[in-house]
Amino acid sequence: MTISKPKPLEEILGYLSRAQRVFLIGCSDCATVCQVGGKDQLEEMAKTLQENGKQVTGYVVGEPGCHLLELKRLLRQHRAEVAAAEAVLVLSCGTGVQAAAAVLEDKEVYPGTDTIFLGSVQRFGSFAEYCRACGSCLLARTGGICPVTRCAKSLLNGPCGGTSAEGKCEVDPEQDCGWKLIYDRLAARGQLDRLAEVLPAREHDKHPGKRVLEREGKGGAG
Amino acid sequence: MSLREALASGMFVVTSEVGPPKGTNVGPALEEAEHLRGLVDAINVTDLQAAAMRLGSLATCHLLAERGLEPVLQVVCRDRNRLALQSDLLSAWVLGIRNVLCLTGDYPSLGDHKGAMPVYDLDSVQLLAAAQGLNEGHDLAGNELDGKPDFLLGCVVTPGGNPVEAQVMKLEKKVAAGARFVQTQAVYDVEQLARFMDRVAHLEVPMLAGIVLLKSAGMAKYMNNNVAGVSVPDGLIERMATTDNKAATSIEIAAELIGGLRKYCQGVHLMPLGWDKHVPAVLAAAGLR
Repeated sequence: MTISKPKPLEEILGYLSRAQRVFLIGCSDCATVCQVGGKDQLEEMAKTLQENGKQVTGYVVGEPGCHLLELKRLLRQHRAEVAAAEAVLVLSCGTGVQAAAAVLEDKEVYPGTDTIFLGSVQRFGSFAEYCRACGSCLLARTGGICPVTRCAKSLLNGPCGGTSAEGKCEVDPEQDCGWKLIYDRLAARGQLDRLAEVLPAREHDKHPGKRVLEREGKGGAG
Repeated sequence: MSLREALASGMFVVTSEVGPPKGTNVGPALEEAEHLRGLVDAINVTDLQAAAMRLGSLATCHLLAERGLEPVLQVVCRDRNRLALQSDLLSAWVLGIRNVLCLTGDYPSLGDHKGAMPVYDLDSVQLLAAAQGLNEGHDLAGNELDGKPDFLLGCVVTPGGNPVEAQVMKLEKKVAAGARFVQTQAVYDVEQLARFMDRVAHLEVPMLAGIVLLKSAGMAKYMNNNVAGVSVPDGLIERMATTDNKAATSIEIAAELIGGLRKYCQGVHLMPLGWDKHVPAVLAAAGLR
């Protein structure tokens, strides 16, 4: 899931300073679970914008907001409300913002959230990063714990010297050292031999960079 | 005698280190190095230590080599990708630098440019493999070099790491990748080092035990709280807290540590952190020089 958090209201109002009429777009999937761009948050944002002197012409919840064809279809149903707006505010991840910007080429489209990471839902309202979408999954070798994500330095061949006596990371004493987790798990399974091989550097030309994906997305499914 | 020759001779090897300045005023760092002339077998030059932007290790090592000193170029993985790392190693060779110590590098947020992009394109094992590849005449992409270096490669290890077995596993990889000497993180517990040496004896690689000169009780406590894998015992902190002469007590402690450690390792790596002028007294008190 793509995890996002709301931008500060002042920042959003700054983007909308030259727009009087605003249309809102949310997302039924990640942004709804993150409580940043579901129906409730869109209605709340509409109220807040009205309190700040804006007129909200309407809103839609994309299903999901990153699906270009689906979004296009939805926005066609709200053509008049979109046409009446001078700006569009998107409350979903960066992909959703760019999907809206791609579909609404002649509109000013602004983000209402900051996209932070790909992660899991720990419990209601609590999320944790687990995947960097690096394009070459190593989890089979590392006991299902990702060194690219869980090690601050994304080291592939074992821990640096920065693991504290409590097993925490030098970068953030609140975070477990990813390599200690990997080591302990494989030790418990009697599979430490899996760590013996020297792994070569990752090949970044195989990394599915965002820009490339978005260009491909323009021509096909979002 | 080069560091390679010193290590091969079987003698007890002593290395120390200097840190380049924040700026172009390189004079004091060169003076620190002069205190070490004739007393140590090589002088490490740190690479943006503690992730703080500074004059480079490469330029400083070159100045030391020009003055007939034996530098060890420290190279960290934090700031350069594999193109820049390999290129800098070739540059180091043509500038007269013969020894390289490969490290991961402290994370940028621990330094003075906290928002800098952390690179870590290679990790320390991969950097050693890349440097060994250059020694063998090819780069990481497999392209042949027109003229190759012949570096003595070194690495580091944290005997107080948690879990220590993971440190040993990584050290095995480093030695397999090309490391021919090891300098350890600061050690204050002789028994801990002795146990660690038992664990790594099979690697048959010269180990130099790290000694950081204590400057005060506060510094010792700071290291205990902030430097992973370093643990200064209360007894030493107490001695630093109650002494009238911090430098004299620091020298005494370092000399005692060297005395205790020397039967377990092939040498020591002194980290004076600016107290290079006291290194001669430490070595004299330890009966080394």
